[in-house]
Amino acid sequence: MMIERLQQVFPNEVLSTYTTAVGEAVAVLRKDKLHDVLAYLNQNSDCLCEALLDLCGVDYLSQLKPGEARFEVVYQLYSYQHNHRLRLRVKIPAEDMTLPSATDLWVGANWFEREAFDMFGFQFAGHPHLKRILMFEGFEGHPLRKDYPIEKRQKIPFPQEIP
Amino acid sequence: MALKDIFAGAVVTTKLKEVVAWGRKNSLWPMPYATACCGIEFMGTVSSYFDISRFGAELVRFSPRQCDLLIVLGTINYKQAPILKKFYDQMCEPKWVISAGACASSGGFYNNYSVVQGIDEIIPVDVYVPGCPPAPEAILHAVLKIQEKIDSEARNTVELLPAV
Repeated sequence: MMIERLQQVFPNEVLSTYTTAVGEAVAVLRKDKLHDVLAYLNQNSDCLCEALLDLCGVDYLSQLKPGEARFEVVYQLYSYQHNHRLRLRVKIPAEDMTLPSATDLWVGANWFEREAFDMFGFQFAGHPHLKRILMFEGFEGHPLRKDYPIEKRQKIPFPQEIP
Repeated sequence: MALKDIFAGAVVTTKLKEVVAWGRKNSLWPMPYATACCGIEFMGTVSSYFDISRFGAELVRFSPRQCDLLIVLGTINYKQAPILKKFYDQMCEPKWVISAGACASSGGFYNNYSVVQGIDEIIPVDVYVPGCPPAPEAILHAVLKIQEKIDSEARNTVELLPAV
């Protein structure tokens, strides 16, 4: 199983593992050597996750316990070769929102990471074009953070301001 | 029967601006700015069953330069706002705006970070139509209200003659 192998190869990086009720393998990771883990899962012949199905962010502000990281970036990986899936939950503390970009491993990570940056403010180091993808230029803040005020209104962009 | 026989020598007196207003209100050229489900209701309104052409507003143009009635149907978000403003600015005077449906009028239930809370934050609006989406009858009622407005504008404004 891919998840046990991941624990053997990266014992310090894997914080915990579990399997969901419908049999999906999940690994909770530290972000320090994230790029090594992703490269291993992408390239090792027993893992060979050619597809990054999705990448998204989560804000656990309302369930935050002392000493826990506030954010998570979730990777959904899939291998066509072996027909197996793996979900990675990477803990991201609010004090340091940088994590390595996966665009060199999966080209499709480009827009996923831009969306996660736009909505939560993760800084993907090494991303070729880390700009907002859904919100407009000049938007202040990151709207899917749980402390983004619901009533907050932005300045409406006007035609002459379109670049 | 020829026209001269109908009037049979009678004379009708009126004011030029009232004749112009009479012509304008009965040949409105609507431009639908449809971004959501309200646009589907507008399709029903222009087609045969509800038939907006009974009120002279059937010729829908998709160029703002050929229209004098902008009908905004649907959610307008922040990225759409400059586009709508540009459309409005391109229309020639005189021009009127109908805000059809809850989203265009107030943001509707999209009370969030991405949706403009009513198009009157961007452009002036003459008639608001409630509903989610409004029924075709409501849109027709809005057209009638626009016609009333055009009429009363012509009747109630006083134009001074230019100094000779």
